Amino acid sequence: MALLIATKVRHHFGGLCAINDFNLELHQGELMGIIGPNGAGKTTVFNLITGVYRASEGSIRLRESELVGMTPHQITARRIARTFQNIRLFRDLSVLDNVRIAQYSKTRYSPLEALLHLGRFRREEQRIIEHSRDLLAIFKLEHLAGETARNLPYGSQRRLEIARALATGPELLLLDEPAAGMNPAEIDQLMDFIRWIREQFQLTILLIEHQMQLVMGICERIKVLDFGETLAEGTPEAIRNDPWVMKAYLGAEAVG
Amino acid sequence: MRATLGVFWDRLMEQRWLLPLLVAVGLALAFAIPQFRLVNNYVQLVMILAGINIILATSLNLVNGYMGEFSLAHAGFMAVGAYTSVLLTLHVFPVAAYPGLFHLSVLAGGLVSALLGLLVAIPSFKVRGDYLAIITLAFLMIVKSALENIDVIGGPRGISGIPRLTTLPLVFCWTVALVWLLRNFVYSSFGRGVLAIREDEIASELMSVDTKRVKVLAFMLSAFCAGIAGALFAHLLQFISPRVFDIVKTTEILIMVYLGGIASIGGSIIGATLYTILLEVLRPSTVAGLLSWLPAVVFDPLNEHFIRHLGVLRMIIMPLLLVLVMLYWPRGIMGMRDFRGFIPLRDRLAHRAATPRGPTRNGTADSH
Ligand SMILES: Nc1ncnc2c1ncn2[C@@H]1O[C@H](COP(=O)(O)OP(=O)(O)OP(=O)(O)O)[C@@H](O)[C@H]1O
Ligand SMILES: [Mg+2]
Repeated sequence: MALLIATKVRHHFGGLCAINDFNLELHQGELMGIIGPNGAGKTTVFNLITGVYRASEGSIRLRESELVGMTPHQITARRIARTFQNIRLFRDLSVLDNVRIAQYSKTRYSPLEALLHLGRFRREEQRIIEHSRDLLAIFKLEHLAGETARNLPYGSQRRLEIARALATGPELLLLDEPAAGMNPAEIDQLMDFIRWIREQFQLTILLIEHQMQLVMGICERIKVLDFGETLAEGTPEAIRNDPWVMKAYLGAEAVG
Repeated sequence: MRATLGVFWDRLMEQRWLLPLLVAVGLALAFAIPQFRLVNNYVQLVMILAGINIILATSLNLVNGYMGEFSLAHAGFMAVGAYTSVLLTLHVFPVAAYPGLFHLSVLAGGLVSALLGLLVAIPSFKVRGDYLAIITLAFLMIVKSALENIDVIGGPRGISGIPRLTTLPLVFCWTVALVWLLRNFVYSSFGRGVLAIREDEIASELMSVDTKRVKVLAFMLSAFCAGIAGALFAHLLQFISPRVFDIVKTTEILIMVYLGGIASIGGSIIGATLYTILLEVLRPSTVAGLLSWLPAVVFDPLNEHFIRHLGVLRMIIMPLLLVLVMLYWPRGIMGMRDFRGFIPLRDRLAHRAATPRGPTRNGTADSH
């Protein structure tokens, strides 16, 4: 069953057409990759799915609901979460608060209950803390709960960003270049980790990545973008052997 | 010795009963002081003003500190609360017969002000930073000129003959209640949403925070508190006019907030108290009294050229103080930190883990 279906999505920034005739069918439990050269429009696809930009044309549906026109928080509450190409943590807040904030839409108390410190508010707060600490423990960040996010080393910040995304309770997770700045050994670990969270949280994952080691290693299907157009789509083997892709993208990579 | 004292202090600060005990003692004092004339009327007046200023500073801090906007509207909300409550006290409620109705008019002042808070929240969906600051300034000026142009409520002359119904115990209760509400809000998912907006609004939305709702709540709560403070202020001064609630008043509250430190309830309490005292100390008569020991050769010219003009000079000194604090002391006395007692125990425990004390929002100040 298709979880996410994008049809004929088009988006332009002023005169620049960043995405054209974009189609995507993502099945439940799938792990799919998007690759393409710089400026191909990969991040724009994420921004369109999550509602940061509103598609100029076309439709993006999650199960039955149309996402185009929804605000980002509504889309996130419908269980789509993401990370960012450039880490975008709440830098001056504690590690714990970063994860707690992401549970906003799952918080079940009214402003009045919060203001008056009523029973349900206290129970919910306790539940949020426990869930957050469980998540932090999974990501080996529990001992840093009180630390300010900006003080974390790069690798921990990356992990915290994934933990924060998972705190929203997603079924679809969008990862924008999760392996950026990692060495091959770290990428191996990351691959295991992505597989593991997919199992653990029953996720469907769509990821953007330049690192071929990771893309070819874990993605079941790959979509190649160039200048906003879809160049090819298929299994890692098919992509590796596609002459068009080799020329437009992989060739350049191999040389460089 | 110091170490044992330190441990003792830490233990003391951990006690759950400490804050309720302090509040209870404060309440008893607030009732006892006017009853038994423990201090003279002047000191009592300063204490009442400090309470009102604490309400103003903590509530403005929600928008300017926690949310990171720069609102100049606070005196406007005060005016709305003041005028609403005064009109109710004078013309609607038979307060003379039933003094208890005064509380209703104060509450109404807060509620009407909260509604206007909604009006300021709406532009904040679209614009931030400098532009929002200008919009809040426009709001302040609109409120002022609206009041000046409505003749039934006195126009620029304002309203006099307001009964003095604001008392020390009443202000104490309101201060404690409103600070408690603000603190509960700050340490809820809505308050964390406010902090997230300051950090990165788009990321907040993407982490499921309904930023519009959070902004509305923050602006309305902040305006509610300012309205209450305005109502209490009006029934203390016994006279209000549009001029009482102009940009100078807003500037005063801004100084309290930034002096005390942004995103800190304890900081705003300290800032407001310090400022209230500073303002009294800078009165010409006080300064003259303090410096009267100087020989006449020094004192007389000083008095002639400086001390006597302090009333006017304050208008220069205070904004200058604001600029200096914002430029050279952006953290203020305790920016981004708070007294341990104000942080809910569950939050403190949840953050403890490995780093019990760090300069985070949940770091704590060891001073009282
Ligand atoms: N907000 C924006 N306004 C104008 N142009 C934009 C905006 N965001 C992206 N673009 C342009 O759209 C195109 C696609 O950008 P996008 O960020 O999606 O690329 P990408 O595939 O993620 O590239 P990279 O691999 O460098 O991250 C680029 O030409 C970029 O300059
Ligand atoms: Mg990108």
